[in-house]
Amino acid sequence: MHPATSVILFTSLSGLGFGMLFWLGLGFPDVTGWSAFAFFAVAFALSVGGLLASTFHLGHPERFLKAFTQWRSSWLSREAVIAVCGLTVMGLYAAGAVFLGETFRVLGVIGAILSVLTVYATAMIYTQLKTVPRWNQATTPAIFLLLSVSGGALMTNQLWAALPLFIVAIAVQLLAWKRGDQALATSGTDIGTATGLGDRGTVRAFEPPHTGNNYLMREMVHVIGRKHAMKLRVIAIALLAAPLFLLFIPSPGHVIGAVAVLLHLAGVVTLRWLFFAEAEHVVGIYYGKR
Amino acid sequence: MTQLPSQTEKKLGLVIDLDTCVGCHACVVSCKGWNTENYGAPLSDQDPYGADPSGTFLNRVHSYEITPSEGAAQLIHFPKSCLHCEDAPCVTVCPTGASYKRLEDGIVLVNESSCIGCGLCAWACPYGAREMDQAEGVMKKCTLCVDRIYNENLPEEDRVPACVRTCPAGARHFGDLGDETSDVSKLVAERGGMDLMPEQGTKPVNKYLPPRPKDETFDVLAPFLEPVAAEPKGFLGWLDKTLERL
Repeated sequence: MHPATSVILFTSLSGLGFGMLFWLGLGFPDVTGWSAFAFFAVAFALSVGGLLASTFHLGHPERFLKAFTQWRSSWLSREAVIAVCGLTVMGLYAAGAVFLGETFRVLGVIGAILSVLTVYATAMIYTQLKTVPRWNQATTPAIFLLLSVSGGALMTNQLWAALPLFIVAIAVQLLAWKRGDQALATSGTDIGTATGLGDRGTVRAFEPPHTGNNYLMREMVHVIGRKHAMKLRVIAIALLAAPLFLLFIPSPGHVIGAVAVLLHLAGVVTLRWLFFAEAEHVVGIYYGKR
Repeated sequence: MTQLPSQTEKKLGLVIDLDTCVGCHACVVSCKGWNTENYGAPLSDQDPYGADPSGTFLNRVHSYEITPSEGAAQLIHFPKSCLHCEDAPCVTVCPTGASYKRLEDGIVLVNESSCIGCGLCAWACPYGAREMDQAEGVMKKCTLCVDRIYNENLPEEDRVPACVRTCPAGARHFGDLGDETSDVSKLVAERGGMDLMPEQGTKPVNKYLPPRPKDETFDVLAPFLEPVAAEPKGFLGWLDKTLERL
């Protein structure tokens, strides 16, 4: 799949933002006043900024309000609805913490749940697609949630939670690659079923419908990035594991904290880039590609 | 509404005969023509006369080669457009309700004025039947020429999809696949019409008729005919012999 910058930024940044909101809503840390203002400003900037970035790849972003209507069937619509609900609830909670100096725990817990549900809904947009076997498995929502919540824990300085979550996230990512590399082959879809001619012999794509490229090939048969996939995997895991070591420094302080966050974000962006670039859509089979 | 109807009154669709298709791409051209000049946003082209032309098409013809375990390889031309699936995954993923499946005839359509151009429906389709128009920013797909098939301003013989009307080989058939007594349903039953990617669970309405087995002998009369090429005589005969000797 084509790794669109807007979608990579959206899923990475809003994931981190909603991860922060999750911890803040639960009262980790239980902050009020200016301190709360600083935390919430960053969390909202990331989550809302990410959501705004996601509209950049739309053909008609001015019609976005319609995207709130189809929550009965569409994960994309559910994501929009849950995100707005979560941001509203957390906005109220943040207002209480910043201006009244009071933390309304019930509101916070509801907001925290809606925040992780938003990330889950984002992940399900990809997970639901049977056409992309690599995404169509349980590790997809697991890795989205783990990266969001572990990143949020790092941002809110909840190192007791961040460290084990990083280790689990890395383990789940390795599992996702192990399964994902086999996913297309074991999905049962191949050029034989795609053409219905598989029982007659070996089928080969002889000639494409046209000499140039087209929307389908640009969008779903992205092969350029896979060349360095293995190196990028190692880099992504290294970036994701780096904060683990940095945080062992006694009394890390804000500078080291910021470096840890940036390394984590770079790791998440690399992983997200690979998430798209490595994903094979079955339509590629019609073009004799994957 | 992007929830799928549990049942549609009719299942209008196409039956494509892989045995008869000659791969002339006339259906591609007529589809592009009709759907550019009529309903909805035109099917745009980008850089059409330049070095890297591309454009929106609702119907494309691939060609595949089958190599059997014994015998000669066979070339199959393979037109592909929207299959108007009963369990259309492109419809349920749509966040705005722009994509829908019609209750009365099962045609899958896009309401272009509601489409935000997110592209998720194209991702959900295993067949590559949906293409985002780069000029208009909305999703385009086969409408089964909904503006022809019910159009009483057209002569009756033209009230079929443009691709069916234009096919010079008679490889494309249009009708109600929900009605067992329809011509298309009979054709599917007779020729063993098949689904593409049945494992994807989309339940396509369009069916493909597999190529018929080729005759073992090319022509039964051929062995009994006199050879046409005779030994050359006269000057040509002399030339032939002289050149042979060299």
